[in-house]
Formats: sequence, structure tokens, C-alpha cells
Amino acid sequence: MAVQSTRGFAAYEAQRLRSKWMDRIMRVLTGAFAYFSIIVTVGITLILIYETYHFFNELAEQGISWTQIFTETEWTPLFEVPKFGVVVIVVGTLMTTIIAMVVALPIGLLSAIFLSEYAPPKLRAVLKPTLEILAGVPTVVYGFFALLVITPILQKMIPGGDAVVAGLNALSAGFVMGIMIIPLVASLSEDAIYAVPNLLREGSYALGATKFETIVNVVLPSALSGIISAFILAVSRAVGETMIVALAAGQSPILNFNPLDSVMTITAFIVQVSLGDTPTGTLPFFTIFFGGFLLFVMTLILNVLADWFVRRYRLMY
Amino acid sequence: MRTTTKFFALTAAVALTASVAGVRQVIAQTRPVVKVDGSSTVFPITEAMAEQFQKEKKGQVQVTVGISGTGGGFKKFCNGETDISNASRPILKREMEACRSKNISYIELPVAFDALSVVVNPRNNWVKQLTVAELKTMWEPAAQGKIKTWNQVNPAWPNRPLKLFGAGTDSGTFDYFTEAIVGKAKSSRGDYTASEDDNVLVQGVATDVNALGYFGYAYYEANAKRLKAVPIVNAQGKAVLPSRKTVEDGSYNPLSRPIFIYVNSESLRRPEVREFVEFYQRQGSKLIPPTGYIPLPARAYAANLDNIRRRKTGTVFGGENKVGLTIDQLMKMERIN
Repeated sequence: MAVQSTRGFAAYEAQRLRSKWMDRIMRVLTGAFAYFSIIVTVGITLILIYETYHFFNELAEQGISWTQIFTETEWTPLFEVPKFGVVVIVVGTLMTTIIAMVVALPIGLLSAIFLSEYAPPKLRAVLKPTLEILAGVPTVVYGFFALLVITPILQKMIPGGDAVVAGLNALSAGFVMGIMIIPLVASLSEDAIYAVPNLLREGSYALGATKFETIVNVVLPSALSGIISAFILAVSRAVGETMIVALAAGQSPILNFNPLDSVMTITAFIVQVSLGDTPTGTLPFFTIFFGGFLLFVMTLILNVLADWFVRRYRLMY
Repeated sequence: MRTTTKFFALTAAVALTASVAGVRQVIAQTRPVVKVDGSSTVFPITEAMAEQFQKEKKGQVQVTVGISGTGGGFKKFCNGETDISNASRPILKREMEACRSKNISYIELPVAFDALSVVVNPRNNWVKQLTVAELKTMWEPAAQGKIKTWNQVNPAWPNRPLKLFGAGTDSGTFDYFTEAIVGKAKSSRGDYTASEDDNVLVQGVATDVNALGYFGYAYYEANAKRLKAVPIVNAQGKAVLPSRKTVEDGSYNPLSRPIFIYVNSESLRRPEVREFVEFYQRQGSKLIPPTGYIPLPARAYAANLDNIRRRKTGTVFGGENKVGLTIDQLMKMERIN
């Protein structure tokens, strides 16, 4: 008896030791993968900063004042008279982004409200995955959709036709980009709205509020932080989008505030340079890293903003 | 977070490409391969040749054709990585130097002529012809940010915005156009829609009344219904449209140009390379016209075959590009009668 119980204890001890080791291994393994993404992010950031430093160095070496980045209104880094007026491609990027947001934010938010507040569960079970399919369409398909479907429609609808609407224009690219971003806005804000506890809704009804009043005065304010962070994520998605704008927005490096005309975005510029065989170590080569750095700074600011917003307005329930 | 996702996707893509390339290499080892790279302008011709050649060889020989541009192609060629280099201009001095330093000698074979076409939208009703001087006013670096409307180029034209579409800075087309029009290779204004992809340029001009663009004749011919070619006033003072006839009689100048393949003379010892290059010369008159380029006279291909047989290495251009060369002048340079 006594022998048996000792053996049982030993087996139990061995098992416990195994589990302990397994635990440690899992901890190290999962940790390694978690840190991997951090290391990669830090690596990319360092490379961007390093190459951007080279960009400014190279500018100085060629006797080009860095202030022209802010004062110049032409962007022609690859040509005989290189000009680095970054405002050209920043305006292009902001224009397509703003157009996309005008499309994506209202449609996305209203769909989210419908899905979580009005749609019967069965309809929701069909609608939500369908909406998310939009997010699965490859961006190159969206690009051709803008170029070959939306642009001709715009040229028919807008008075003046193609004398006013260029064949490659910011409006068409921005519009389609907005459609692409709808599921992101809808899905994320729906999660936020859906997470508002029913207690709050019931409390509002108990006070005699209608469904509409409840949504506007209780549900939306409670979900505000989630909705805002969905919006900001959508904006950074639009800022970094490449394929649609490279295909449909025109890659025309001219300062232009007319959405019916061609624009070049930062991403489209990077595509243009990387398509050719630009020799490493030259000014045009470093310019694409400068473009990447700009994008990085823009999305970083947006993410920090989103983070701040979530912290500031998150309601605890 | 987003950057990380992208990085993962990128790594996956790279790994996938690498493994696919590996598989392809394994398959390739079982049969002889002819490696071609270089100009995207010459690509349609070499690709047509390669297809037909592989068909006739019943798949026993594989011909791969890359497009890294004339300059990029020579980089690989002079490093001994490829057997044949497609070129939309003659080999330049520094490229000759690179080849010499690696002990690579080559046979220069002109294979066809291209007519760089200047095109406008079909509903543009004001441009009847263009002079080289007018093209220069539009495209020279001094025009950057200044020449923005059609009437600034010619007062008879309307006060409409001038939207320019042209080749990207890495293409042989860009080199040739700038040299022929502005007078110096790579000297161009920068504020226009520049793309290495000619289909983008076709799309841009075809959908914009105010547009003007330039690219190789093949792309104009394939889209002739959506574009209008502009007659160019030549050195003799006559406005001439690009066509097979005007290139052959030399009247479409200065925008017609010869295009070449360069063959590594060491590779020529391998039967599959030699057979392919000879096939290229024999089929030129037949397979080149459908691609939209202008074949050389039959005697030029005969001379090429002779040069292949005699292993005549080197270039007749002396490392410089020649603008406005006609087929006749090229024949004289190559001493073909």
C-alpha cells in the first residue's frame, strides 16, 4: 500500500514537473512571436529614419536646400530639374483620403447602426458577412473598377464630360477607396455599438425615450470612443492605400486642388519609382524612403490620436 | 500593427516566389534554356519569336524573356547572366566597358524599326501637325511649371489645359524621345504623368480631350480607335504620320529608330541559342508585322545571319545613340547593300 502511494506521488510529481516545463516553453515560444512583430516594427522604423537621414544628406550634397521641401510647389525628383515640393503629393494624398472618408464614414456608421440596433438577428447574420466580403476584394480589382467603370460614369454624369473630368482623376479613385473602406468602418463601429450594455438602452426606454432618441442620446455617445477609433483607422487605411490610386488617380505630379483632375499620392510616387530600375544610393532612391517616412509619420499621428481618444472618452460600464 | 501585417504578407510572398522559382529551376534543368532580358519595347517581338520557336521545338527548348529595361538588361548581360539582351537603343560606352571588363563579347543585330508615336485624343480638333520645335516647347525642362495650356505652344490653339503623358525615366523610349526632341538624353520636364506601363498612357490620352502623349508605335496601332496620331514635321519640312511605309522610306523622322538584340558570342556556341537567334532572323519578315513594329528589308536579316556565322562582334554605333536614323542609313552603317 505504502509503496503504491509513493509511486503514485512520484508520477504525480513527474507530471507536475512536465506541466511546469510545458508552461515555460509555451511562455517563451508565444513571447518570441509577440516580440517578433515588435522587433520588425522597430526595424522598419529605424530603416526609414536612417534612409530619410541619407535623403537629407544627399540633398545637402547636391546643394539643394532642405527648406524647398516646404516652399517649392513642384515635385519632380527624377528629372533634370529636381524639385522637392512635397506639398504636391501630400495634397494628392489628403484629397483622395478626404473623398474616401466622405463616402466611407457616413455609410459605414449608418450600416453599423442598422446592423446592431434595427436588423433582426437573422438578417444581421447574413448582412454582416456579406459586408465583410467587400473587404476581401483585392485592391487591384477596385483600381480597375474605378478606372473602367466609375470614371466613365462620372464623365457621363458631370456636366462638361471629359473636358472637365480627366480620365484619371482623384474623385473616382477616392470614391472607390471609400467603398473599400466601408466594411472596416461598419464592422469596427458595429462592434463598439453592439458592446453597449442593454441596461443602458433599457434605462433609456424606461425614461420614455424612443428608439431613435435612445440611439442618438445614449448608445452612440457610449460607443463614441470605439467609433472614433474606427474612423481614425479608416483614415490611416486610406492614406496608405496604393493600388487604387496608382491605377486610377493619374500619377500626375502637379499641385492641384480639383478632385476632377489627376493627382499623385505619396504611395503612387513610391510605386512609380520602384517600377523602374532606380540605382541604389541615388537621390531618387532615397526619395522613396522619404515618402515612406512621410506616410509613417502621418499614420503614426493618427494612431496616437486614436489611442488618446479611446483613453479620454472610454466609458466604463 | 498594420506595418507588421504588411511585412508578414511580404515575407510570405517572397517565400512563395522563391519556392516557385526553385521549382521552375528544377524543371528547367531538364531542358536547355535561352535567357533573354532587356527593353520592354523589344519585348513583344522577342516574346512572339520565343513562343513560335518553342512551339516548333515541341517544348524541348525553353526561352525566358524578361523586361528590366534596356539599361537593366545590359547590366545583367554584361554580368554574364543572360544570353541575349533586348535593346531599344545601341549599347552605350559605359555598357561596352562593363562587358569588356567581364570578357563578354557580343554580336549586335538590328531586328526592326519602331516609330515613336505622338498621340492626342480623337476629339482633339485643333492639332493638325506638330513640329519638333513645338514638341520641344512642350517637353523641355524649361517648360516645367510654365507651359500649361495649348495656346502657350501655338497661339492658334485654344486656351485649354495641356495634359502630358509620357514614358518613365528608366525606359529607352524616354531616352530616345528626349534626345530626338529636346536634344539631350534624359532632359525633360518632370510635371507630367510618367509611367513605365504604356497601357496607363494609352488610357490617360484616350479619356482626356486635353491630353498629348508619346509611346511606341505598337501601342498606338493596338489602340488606334481610341487615339489619334499626330503628323510630325520632318527634316524635309513635310508633316508625316507614323506608318510602316513612312518608316521604310525614311520620311517619318526624327522619331523612328532601330531596335536591337545583342547576343553573347560565348552563348552562341550552345546549339539552342544559335538556333533561336537564327530562327529570329529567318522569321523576322513574317512574325514582326503582327507585333506592330516595322521589319527590316530581307537583305538586313540575311546580313545578320552572315554576321552570326562569322561571329562578327562589336557595335557599329561606337557607344553612342544616333537620332533620326533611317533604314537606309542603318543599312549603310552595317555595310549592307
